[in-house]
Order: sequence, then structure tokens, then C-alpha cells
Amino acid sequence: MFIDRHFIHEVTSPQAFDGLKKRGLHVFNIKRTTATADHNVPTKDQHLPIKEALSRHQVETLRKNCKEFGVELYDLGHPFQGIVHIIGPELGLTLPGMTIVCGDSHTSTHGAFGNIAFGIGTSEVEQVLATQCILQYKPKSMKIEITGTIGKGVVSKDIILYIISKISASGATGFFVEYAGDAIRSLSMEARMTICNMSIEMGARGGLIAPDETTFNYIKGRKFAPQGEAFDKAVIEWKALTTDTGATYDKVLSFDGSDIAPMITYGTNPGMGMKVTDRIPTVEELKEISEQTSFKKSLEYMGLKQGTQLLGKSIDYVFIGSCTNARIEDLREVASMVKGKKKAAGVEVWVVPGSKQVQEQARKEGLDKIFEAAGFELRDPGCSACLGMNEDKIPAGKYCISTSNRNFEGRQGPKSRTFLASPLSAAAAAITGKVTDVRDLIS
Amino acid sequence: MSKDKFIKLVSASVPVPNENIDTDQIIPARFLKATTREGFGENLFRDWRYDSNNNPIKDFALNNSSYSGKILVAGKNFGCGSSREHAAWAIYDYGFRVVVSSFFADIFKNNALNNAVLPVVVSDSFLKKLLETIQSNPNTQVSIDLENQKIGYDNQSENFEINPYKKECLINGYDDIDYLLNLNKEVREFDLAHS
Ligand code: SF4
Repeated sequence: MFIDRHFIHEVTSPQAFDGLKKRGLHVFNIKRTTATADHNVPTKDQHLPIKEALSRHQVETLRKNCKEFGVELYDLGHPFQGIVHIIGPELGLTLPGMTIVCGDSHTSTHGAFGNIAFGIGTSEVEQVLATQCILQYKPKSMKIEITGTIGKGVVSKDIILYIISKISASGATGFFVEYAGDAIRSLSMEARMTICNMSIEMGARGGLIAPDETTFNYIKGRKFAPQGEAFDKAVIEWKALTTDTGATYDKVLSFDGSDIAPMITYGTNPGMGMKVTDRIPTVEELKEISEQTSFKKSLEYMGLKQGTQLLGKSIDYVFIGSCTNARIEDLREVASMVKGKKKAAGVEVWVVPGSKQVQEQARKEGLDKIFEAAGFELRDPGCSACLGMNEDKIPAGKYCISTSNRNFEGRQGPKSRTFLASPLSAAAAAITGKVTDVRDLIS
Repeated sequence: MSKDKFIKLVSASVPVPNENIDTDQIIPARFLKATTREGFGENLFRDWRYDSNNNPIKDFALNNSSYSGKILVAGKNFGCGSSREHAAWAIYDYGFRVVVSSFFADIFKNNALNNAVLPVVVSDSFLKKLLETIQSNPNTQVSIDLENQKIGYDNQSENFEINPYKKECLINGYDDIDYLLNLNKEVREFDLAHS
């Protein structure tokens, strides 16, 4: 498979560049390769040298490699720096009909533009750098349709958490997913990216949405997108990328959009989610007996009891960030919720924009002032507490309501406890200090 | 990575008979922050090889000087757990070119093949006998004939399966990258036509 666009970052690329050097190879096409520093970077004082030695070394290695091989790097401080899956679309590097890979499993995000986009391992990063191609087995196809409209207070994060809660964290293993239906069509591009982003959390390597006018309007005028006449010509080609009439899939699922409510996870994989008003299932209610042991272990880790509600549960941290939900629309949503309000006492709130551009835009719109007045901290862009590889870690035993994508044990810091939710729900919890049904605040 | 051509290998082997050896045992997580592929061999089976004071644990096979060679013989379900490619790197870097077991975890198997390490799947009974034989006579020479997909020692032998494309890669000492580089001209043309 020929790869149109290859994104790289500091953590999974060093050994790949090393391999190229050993073989005496160049990067096949530097124009198709873009690098950024995101996983390991601090979100405070980014202009200063990175304190942690191993992180600093990884970022410096990326710098050296990009320089040596001529790869464009959006380094710390660069106006285009940010989380790899945020900057691709916002710079117009991600365009419909492409094949896109990156040494990161959330590469599925780019599928929102009608792309085949998936995460790869380090040997494969080397393979793509050297040859611009990758060997793949053909995956099975699945269509997930969300019909009708979604209710008030429900956003795209809730749609994807709902789907994963229905089909489990491994329900789409071996598949590529196409999302369709009216509820998907009505979403903005950024909202669609949130959905495709989490495809991997149900085991699918990729997820895509056929491009339409919403897609084309989003792309128009972006830095590296085709401009003027070239754009018009491209749109004609992109319009052909619709779902074929009579297309067949290995599996088709359909959900009613009106059944979706604000969602929250209670366990330690993204499939362990529920409507915020529901109660945690009991061991007896589990479909698979084999799940019982891990279910119990999971609740024990989370310090929660089966059969109870999460609503009203006190939280300690709020993390608004990650490649799932750190785009400008996410920040706007949060700001609209907290405007004129203050965070609850004792809660710490981090807002980590997905990119430098998102950060700048937020400032331009005065969102930073709203956050400041509410007692939120607007930080510098990076992956941050999504995986806690930098200093942004949730302390042991503390509860964090997070807009990121993984609630694995220790993901946000050793022994940290994560509730995944939408930016709206996270903002609501920041104000009340508790797990909250956002619909109660927006009446 | 794979530059050494693999056709036939005759060597003594190292037995680690444990079942379900996961990649965390092969290379513990704390060694993953490195930026090169080399040097992982030093930490192969780190916590089985050394105690907490970094003293070698005497009865572990890698520390037993009577065992040597390029073949690792391990218990069932080798390489399960985390998908880290570092596990295959560590095995290669230590000097092994073959791992023999009666079952391999999928991802490890691929990672191994991508890194010039041949996973040889044998029957449970063959494995059991082989382990016993090596343990009683560490100098037993084990032969791996990739061309004919045959593993043998003393008067025992068995055939093993391997994906034909991957076999080709190992025999010719090339990997996916070399294979794709052979298509370089066509890929260039495609690239030009599509930019
Ligand atoms: S934000 Fe989280 S999930 Fe996204 S690329 Fe960074 S670490 Fe991975």
C-alpha cells in the first residue's frame, strides 16, 4: 500500500531513523513526511529546556534525525506544533482519499476525512520512511450507523463512548469501520474526528466517514490544502469518495441517536461505559462469565462498588485535552459551560490545547480569560495527562474526569483513576466538583 | 534489520522451559525509553537473569556456561502480553536467531520475523523431548533447515510451517523494506503521478 502522508513523533521514530542510517537509506519522500514533538513534552514553560533527561533526549534525537534527513519538524515553540493527530487536519495536510500512517494507534482520527488511516509499529515506521509503502493484510469491513438526531447536551464523544459501551473494547478487532447515518452527517469535522479517533478503543485499526460539504468547507483555505482552482478541482475528485450504493460490509450495526445520553466510563477499559444517569452493572448482570474476574479487579482499582451510581461522585482533577478532545470547538464548548462560573473548591483543572494554533485561537477569542476567571489553567500544547509521559500525572488514588481516550490502569499516572467523558461533561464536573449530568446545567 | 541470510543453522541451544513467557519478562518496561534498537540484549530476561542487586542468578540458563548457541528453546505460548517490538530486538541483540516453542503469540511472531529471528513451531511432544535432551546434554547440536522447513537433532526431526513470503525474506536476507525497495522504481513513478 502506497502511503500518502506519514506523521512521526519523538517516541516511536528514533529506532526507525536508526535503521535507515544502518542501511544507508534516505527518507523516500520528505514532502510526504511531517514530524512534531508531542508525547513527551512539558505543558508549562515550553520555551525552557525539558527537565526530564530521557524525555529531553527523545526530543533532541527527533530534532537531530529530522535535520539529518530533511524532514519538516514542528518543534516546541513552532506555531504549528501540537499533537500529531490535531495538527495534520488543521494544517490541511490530511485530505480526503489519502492513506495515512503514524507510529501511534490514534492515527484513526484522520479517517474523519474519508481516509484509510491507521497506527503502525516502529519497524513499519522505518518501512514507510524508506519506501513510502507498507505491507498489509486486508481488514474486514464494518458499518456503524447512527440514525436520527442526538439530544441536548450530547456530543460526539458521547456517541463514540456509547458505541464502545455497546460492542466492548474488542468488538471491532480485525475490522475497519465506516460511520454513517444522519446523526454522523450532522456533525462538524472536529466532532467527526473525535469519533474516528476512538475507533481503536473498540479494537478497529481504522474508522472513516465519507467526505461531504462539511469536509470540503473545513479544508478550504487551510495552510497546505490545495488553493483556488486546484481546490475546486480537488473537490470534484473528493466528491467521488462517497459510499457506493449497495456497498456490502462484513458486519453492519445500527443505533438510534435519540437513545444516546451523556456518557461516562466507570472501569479500566473504554468499553466499561454507561449513561451518566445509569448505575454500574453488577457482576451478575455481566453477559460473559469470563469477564467477572477482570470486572471485579477493575472496580477494585477504581474504588467503586457494583450496582451504584456515579452521579454525584466527587472528583479531584479535570483534564481537558488529548487528540480526542483538544480542538478549538472542544475549548469553546468548555468555555460556554463555565463562562461566569468558578471551579469547585479542591478541584484542579488543566486545559491542554491540542496545538499551538488551538492555543492561539483560544486566546484570540478570549477563552483564556474565561478559563482564568473560572480558575482553570490553560497550558501549552501536548499529549500531557492523556498518557502521563511528561510531568502531568494524576496522583495515585485520585479521580480524574478526562476528555482523553484511555482509562487503563495507571494510564494517567501510577494508580490514577480515570473517568472518560465529553468536554461538556468534564466542564460541568469542574464546576460542581462531582460527576454531573450536564443536562441539568443547560436546561 | 535482517542482513544475515538464513538458510541452515546448526548450533547448540539454550533451554528456558517456562510456559507463557510474556514480553514483560523478555524485556521489562523500564528499558523501553531508549532511542536505539541496540543494547536490549543486555537486558534480555533481565529480572530472571539478575537479582535486585544485579548479581547473576546462577541457575538461570543464560547464566549457565554449559549452554550456548544461537537457538532459544522455550515453553508454550512464547511472547504473549504487550506488543512491544523491543522483545524481538532484545532476542536478536543477545545473539539468538531462532526461537523454538510449541506456540507463539501472534504479534511476537510477526515482530520476530520482522527482525530476522525465526520462530519455529514444533509439536508439544517434540518440544518436551528436545528440552530434556538439551538439559542432559547441553552440547546437543540442533539443526534448523529453513529451506526444507525441518528441525532436527540426534536422530529426531520434525517439519515446521512458515509463511512463504517470510521464508523468502529470511533466506535471501531481506525484509519487508528490501522487498519494497525492489519495487522502488514503480513506487517512484506512482508517487510522481500522484503528487
Ligand atoms: S493525546 Fe494521547 S492518545 Fe493522542 S497521540 Fe497523544 S498520547 Fe496518544
